[in-house]
Amino acid sequence: MPKHDTPLLDELEKGPWPSFVTDLKRQAEKKPECWDILGQLELSFKDRITHWKHGGIVGVFGYGGGIVGRYSDVPKQFPGVAHFHTVRLNQPSSKFYSSAKLRDICNLWEKYGSGMTNMHGSTGDLVLLGTKTENLEPLFYELTHDLKQDLGGSGSNLRTPSCCLGKARCEYSCIDTQALCHHLTMHYQDEIHRPAFPYKFKFKFSGCPNDCVAAIARSDFAVIGTWKDDIRIDQAGVKGYLKGDYIPNAGAHSGRDWGKFDIQKEVIDLCPTGCMWMEGDTLKIDNSECTRCMHCINVMPRALRVGKEQGATICVGAKAPILDGAQFATMTIPFIKVDPDNDFEEVIEVIEKIWDWWMEVGKNRERVGETIMRVGLPTFLTVMEITPAPQHIKEPRSNPYVFWGEDEVEGGWERDVKEFRKRNAQ
Amino acid sequence: MGYDPENPMVDRITDIGPPHFEQFFPPVVKKNYGKWLYHEILQPGVLMHKAENGDECYTVRVGAARLISIELIREFCDVADAHCDGYLRWTTRNNVEFMVDSKAKVKPLLDDLAGRGNRMPVGGTGASVSNCVHTQGWIHCHTPATDASGVVKAVMDEIFDYFTSHKLPAQVRIALACCLNMCGAVHASDIAILGVHRKPPMIDHDAISGLCEIPLAVSACPLGAIKPAKATTSSGEEVKSVAVKNERCMFCGNCYTMCPAMPLADPEGDGIAILVGGKVSNSRTYPKFSKMVIPFLPNKPPRWPEVVDAVKNILEVYSKDARKYERVGEWCDRIGWEKFFEKTGIPFTIKSIDDYRLAYDTWRTTTQFKFTSHIK
Repeated sequence: MPKHDTPLLDELEKGPWPSFVTDLKRQAEKKPECWDILGQLELSFKDRITHWKHGGIVGVFGYGGGIVGRYSDVPKQFPGVAHFHTVRLNQPSSKFYSSAKLRDICNLWEKYGSGMTNMHGSTGDLVLLGTKTENLEPLFYELTHDLKQDLGGSGSNLRTPSCCLGKARCEYSCIDTQALCHHLTMHYQDEIHRPAFPYKFKFKFSGCPNDCVAAIARSDFAVIGTWKDDIRIDQAGVKGYLKGDYIPNAGAHSGRDWGKFDIQKEVIDLCPTGCMWMEGDTLKIDNSECTRCMHCINVMPRALRVGKEQGATICVGAKAPILDGAQFATMTIPFIKVDPDNDFEEVIEVIEKIWDWWMEVGKNRERVGETIMRVGLPTFLTVMEITPAPQHIKEPRSNPYVFWGEDEVEGGWERDVKEFRKRNAQ
Repeated sequence: MGYDPENPMVDRITDIGPPHFEQFFPPVVKKNYGKWLYHEILQPGVLMHKAENGDECYTVRVGAARLISIELIREFCDVADAHCDGYLRWTTRNNVEFMVDSKAKVKPLLDDLAGRGNRMPVGGTGASVSNCVHTQGWIHCHTPATDASGVVKAVMDEIFDYFTSHKLPAQVRIALACCLNMCGAVHASDIAILGVHRKPPMIDHDAISGLCEIPLAVSACPLGAIKPAKATTSSGEEVKSVAVKNERCMFCGNCYTMCPAMPLADPEGDGIAILVGGKVSNSRTYPKFSKMVIPFLPNKPPRWPEVVDAVKNILEVYSKDARKYERVGEWCDRIGWEKFFEKTGIPFTIKSIDDYRLAYDTWRTTTQFKFTSHIK
C-alpha cells in the first residue's frame, strides 16, 4: 500500500500535544495499511464527512458481541482499510498491566491487525482498531489459548464492567472496586458475550463519592463506595495544615499563589451541610449532618479519612442523552455491604432483581433508566422491594396526582351510582 | 497445534474473562493494597502515595492520545521495563502512569520521558486540564458529525500549558463526543465538545427495502417525524419506504442508527456545539449536566480554529474569575448564567433555551436575575 499525500493531517504533527498522525506514520513503516488509514482520514478532513459505512455484522462463533464490524465506503482507493473491524478486549480491572502482557497483545495485533489501538475505549475495553473478517477466528484462538484473554461486550448485553483503581493506590476507597469488578465480570461472562437484554447495560464501580470512573453519569448500575460512621480526624494533621506544614488539597493548587491556607474559607464554609466548625485549633464535625461529599477530605487528606464502617451506595439508570435526554443514576440503595468474602452476594442479588424486571418490561433499545422514567420511581422501588425513604428524592412531589391503589382506599372503588343519586341528586 | 480453519470449534476456549488484575500490580502496590494513608502531588504529573507502614509509591502521569500504535505501546513498555519493574497502567482519561517505589527513581524516569520528544508529556494532575477523553470520529465511526482525534489534538495543543501546570481554580475535565449518541458521555464534563448534525436525513429509496425494517425506522424517531410512505426507486419500482417531516427533526441521528438508508451527515450541516458546567464528582455540589452555550461551530479541519478559540476563551475567563475549588459549573451557578455569557462574550441565542423534554425545569421562574448587557 502506497503512502498518500496528507497535507491536512500533516498540520497535526505540529504542536506540543502527542500527535496521533506522527504515531500513525511511524506505525505505517511496519504496517503499511496505516498509510490507508491516514489516506482515508485525510479524505474525511478534505470532505468533512466520515468514510465508514454503516454497520456490518461480524463476530466470532458463539459470541454476540466483542467485535464491531466496519467497512470503508472508498475501499478501492484505500484497500488496506476495506475491512476495518474493531476488536474489544476486556481490560484487567483498573487497567494495570505488565509490559510482558502488553507486548504479547502488541505482537498479536501486529500479526492480525492494523497495529492501531485505543487505550482505552469509552466503556473501558482495550480496543484493537482495524482488522479483516478472516483474521477474527485465528485472532480469537490465539487470544484465548496463548494470551489467556477474552473479548469484551458490545450490543444489547452487559458491557465490559470498569472500575477506579480503588484500594490499589487510593486512600479514599471504601470498597474493593477491582475485586468487585473482576468477580462480576467473571460471574457474568454469558451476559457479556451473548446479548439477551433490551439494550446495553453498564456496570461501573467507584471507590468513593469523587467517582473517578463517572459511574453516576455513565452506568446503568453504579456502585459508589461510602461510609456510615464518622470521618476519622487526626487533630495533629489538622494543626499541620493550620501551621502550613502540609500543603492543602494535596498540592493540587500549587501553580498559583492563592494565599495562606484558610480552613474557614476553604473547608468549613464550602461544606455543603455546614456541619464543621473549629473550637480553638480543634476541628469538629457533626457527622450526623454530613452527606459525605468528600470536599474536606480532598482538601486535607493528611488530617481526615473516610469512616471505617464502609460499604456502597447503589445508583441506577444513568445514560447519555439519546433519546429523551441525559440521566444521572438515581440513588436506589443508600447503603449496602460489598463483601468479597461472600462473593458480593448482596450486590448480585440487587443486579439480578433489576435484570429480572427490566428483561420483562423493558422495551427494545430502552436503557433501564428510561424504563424507570417510564414507569416511575415508586414502581421501581416497589419492584425492588425497597422501602421508600426521603433519601430517594431531592424533594417531595409538587403535584397531587398520586396513583392510589384500590386496596389502599377504605371501602374499595366499587360503588353504586344509584345509591349515590339517592343522596346526591343529579 | 494452533487455529485450524477446517475445525474452528476444536479446542475452543470461551468465557475466560480478563486476566486477574493482581498479577499486574507493582510490588509496592500489591504490598500496600488497601493500606494507603494519604497522597501529595509533588509537582504537576507526579504523585506520591504514602502507606500506613511508611512505604511510598511515586506515580508519574503522562498524557497520551487515545488512538495509539503498538509501536508507541512498546515504547511505554520500554519505559516501564527501564524504571518500573515492567509495570504500568492507564487511567480512565487515557493517561499512562508509571510507578516507582522511591523518590530517587523519579528523576531518572522524568529525564527519560523528557528525552522522548513530545510523545510523553507529564501532567494532568490537580487543578489542571487533564487529558481530553473522546470518541472515534472520522477515524473509525459511521455516525460522526465531526472528527475526534483531530479536534482533540488541536484543542490540547492550544491549552497544553494547563495540562502541565496547577494554575486553574479546580480541575477542568474536557471531553469530546463526535455525535449525539455521546459514546464519550460528555453530558457531565466541565467543557464538552459535541458533534451535531443540522440537516434532516435523506432517504435512499433504492436501498431502504434491503437495509431497514420500516417499523423500526419509524419508531426510532423520538418526535414522530418519520412515517411509513410509498416511494418510487430510481428504476421506477414502487417500494415501501418512509417520509420525514423535516420541520419536526431535531437531528439526533437515531433514525440513521436504526436504518442505514437514512444518512444525515453533511459537510455544511455538521459541526460542533459547546456545552459547559458539567461535573461527575459529588464534591461540595451534586453532579451536574453540561449545558449548551454555543449551539454550532463549523467543522474546519485540520485545526478547528473556532472550536479551539471557544474552549480556550471559556477556560481562561473561568480561570480568572472563579474562586479556589470552584468547578466550571459551580462558578456558573454562583455568578449566574447571564454573567457567564457576559463575561465570556459568548452571544446568547435562542438556541440555548431548552424546548425539548423537561425544558420547563431550565426556565427562570423568579424575579431574581442580574442586569447585564443583555437587558437593553
